[in-house]
Amino acid sequence: MKNSPEIKYAIGKGIAIRGSDIDTDQIIPARYLKAITFDGLGEFAFRDLRIGSKGELLDHPFNDEEYQNASILVVNSNFGCGSSREHAPQALMRWGIKAIIGHSFAEIFSGNCLALGVPVVEMDAVQIEKLQEWIELNPGEEIHIDIVGEEIEYNLERINVKIPESHRKALVEGIWDTTALLKSNPEEVKQLAGEIPYIK
Amino acid sequence: MSEGTLYDKVWDSHKVRELPNGQDQLFVGLHLIHEVTSPQAFGMIREKGMEVAYPELTHATVDHIIPTKDQSRPFKDDQAEQMMAELESNTLEANIKFAGPTSGDQGIVHVVGPERGLTQPGMTIVCGDSHTSTHGAFGALAFGIGTTQIRDVLATQTIALGRQKVRKIEIKGELGEYVTAKDIILTIIRHLGTDGGVGHVYEYGGPAISKLSMEGRMSICNMSIEGGARAGYVNPDETTYEWLKSTDTFKKDPKRFEELLPYWKSIRSEEGAKYDDIFEIDCNKIEPMVTWGTTPGQGIGISEKIPDPNSMVESKRESAIRAQNHMRVSPGDDMKGYKIDVAFIGSCTNSRLSDLREACKIVDGKTVSSDVRAMVVPGSQRVKLAAEEEGLDKIFLEAGFDWRLAGCSMCLAMNEDQLIGDEACASSSNRNFIGRQGSKDGRTILMSPVMVAAAAITGEITDVREMI
Repeated sequence: MKNSPEIKYAIGKGIAIRGSDIDTDQIIPARYLKAITFDGLGEFAFRDLRIGSKGELLDHPFNDEEYQNASILVVNSNFGCGSSREHAPQALMRWGIKAIIGHSFAEIFSGNCLALGVPVVEMDAVQIEKLQEWIELNPGEEIHIDIVGEEIEYNLERINVKIPESHRKALVEGIWDTTALLKSNPEEVKQLAGEIPYIK
Repeated sequence: MSEGTLYDKVWDSHKVRELPNGQDQLFVGLHLIHEVTSPQAFGMIREKGMEVAYPELTHATVDHIIPTKDQSRPFKDDQAEQMMAELESNTLEANIKFAGPTSGDQGIVHVVGPERGLTQPGMTIVCGDSHTSTHGAFGALAFGIGTTQIRDVLATQTIALGRQKVRKIEIKGELGEYVTAKDIILTIIRHLGTDGGVGHVYEYGGPAISKLSMEGRMSICNMSIEGGARAGYVNPDETTYEWLKSTDTFKKDPKRFEELLPYWKSIRSEEGAKYDDIFEIDCNKIEPMVTWGTTPGQGIGISEKIPDPNSMVESKRESAIRAQNHMRVSPGDDMKGYKIDVAFIGSCTNSRLSDLREACKIVDGKTVSSDVRAMVVPGSQRVKLAAEEEGLDKIFLEAGFDWRLAGCSMCLAMNEDQLIGDEACASSSNRNFIGRQGSKDGRTILMSPVMVAAAAITGEITDVREMI
């Protein structure tokens, strides 16, 4: 049954990106999608927010020395809205992000994260602000995410979080490689196709 | 939970089984692919030694990166050429039909599917593009998917998906003159928010939808995703069947039309269907809409004032302040009179024949403002040809518009059609995100094609109704 690594927890240093409605064009602008592989996309994560028109580095957490080995991204509401480009979570993952905690996520984006084994964790808006503040005051401190028990721990405090049940189950049981899952019953698929009126 | 809706019926008839994680395995009736999000998926299945399971249910075209001026090969942009070549070889190898630039059928994937009759009621349709929701206008269940899911569909013709809630959006009243479907959807997103539809599918209905053309319904379903809803649909009716009848698929095979008609009628939502919730909107109150910010939800009617972020709920405030700084507007200002540098008529939202016809009526006999570069990018080669047969190209050209070849163009600026510096663009597209049109300082104002036409002529945001 198991087809991919079991992901039961994530531990790492936090990095906060503030603001609601952070869309996929901000996460990776369309002009950096012009490639036939996902290799090397990490350097384009938040590209336009990190690098100015003259090539100068802008003030952005992804540029900040203190966060260079951070792996838990903490965001606000409707993160990842807009396009279906998997390039967005690919760029974040290839930059080093292993899990994302936020108030809410766009649907296609969170599905794309699951496909990569990157947990997306939902937390109360006030708690998010608190965590973002704590990260900014304590860069380099670790955050623990318990995916099985749906809670996070930082600064000696435990907070309840939510992970969509289908995502949680897939991660914990190591069944998030959907291709393997879907490829196991070709006969059943063929039979159903035969019953659909518009399929010749 | 919803019951008896089109969504429930189509979902149930395409469900292969429940998966161990609680999601369902759904059969995919039509898989559309393009050059940006598919090459990695082909790469993944090659790596795993898999083959495309149902190539006959897969159709490809090229739209995002294609130049709209000079399409001679190789393309001037090496990366674009590489993506194009990759799509050609992938489709050839897998025996997938490809509507390329020399086919006469090329265009934006969400324009091409419907115009060729590939898109049909009661289908499940997926594509690696969030605007796949467009196809819902035909009563199909159509979703945007990521590249790993494209791999799933290529390898199995199925997809793993969790069931969503169904929200009915009842659209009453009558649209005023030069108020369009685009204004309806911008109003819906304004009220329900850019995340209001997360976890939902939108069923659009009511008298105003019944009266709307297929093109108008497509514009509305297209922007469902801008309201957070991954899919939106309209129940099929006579308008839908008339459109289908005129497509190649059914002109060639009228018997097939008669065979499928009972199925199409059977998947309509029941009279007493149960919805998770219902939202009503009155068309009589809608005027031409324009956005003042950097999300599609930040819009107002043309005669309204730009809102004050301090009067908004806290979660909207910070994003509104950021947006107003970027757009250089202040609370209490009008959008009317806002100077523009570029006018863009195109995109999968508004690049169909009726969009071009309506815009043409505004432009006819007038001249584009000397400060504005204006362009029309038809949604497909067929739209372009049909428009030229009616002489629309001449009207646009005489007014000073560029008349381009089909593609996504300046909607997302993956080809050479881009804003420069802090240019402001009146755009008939779907996203006003910062950087969307190719320049991180660029400013996008979303509106209907007739409103773009009006702005192109005057050089500033204009109430199209005052121009007639």
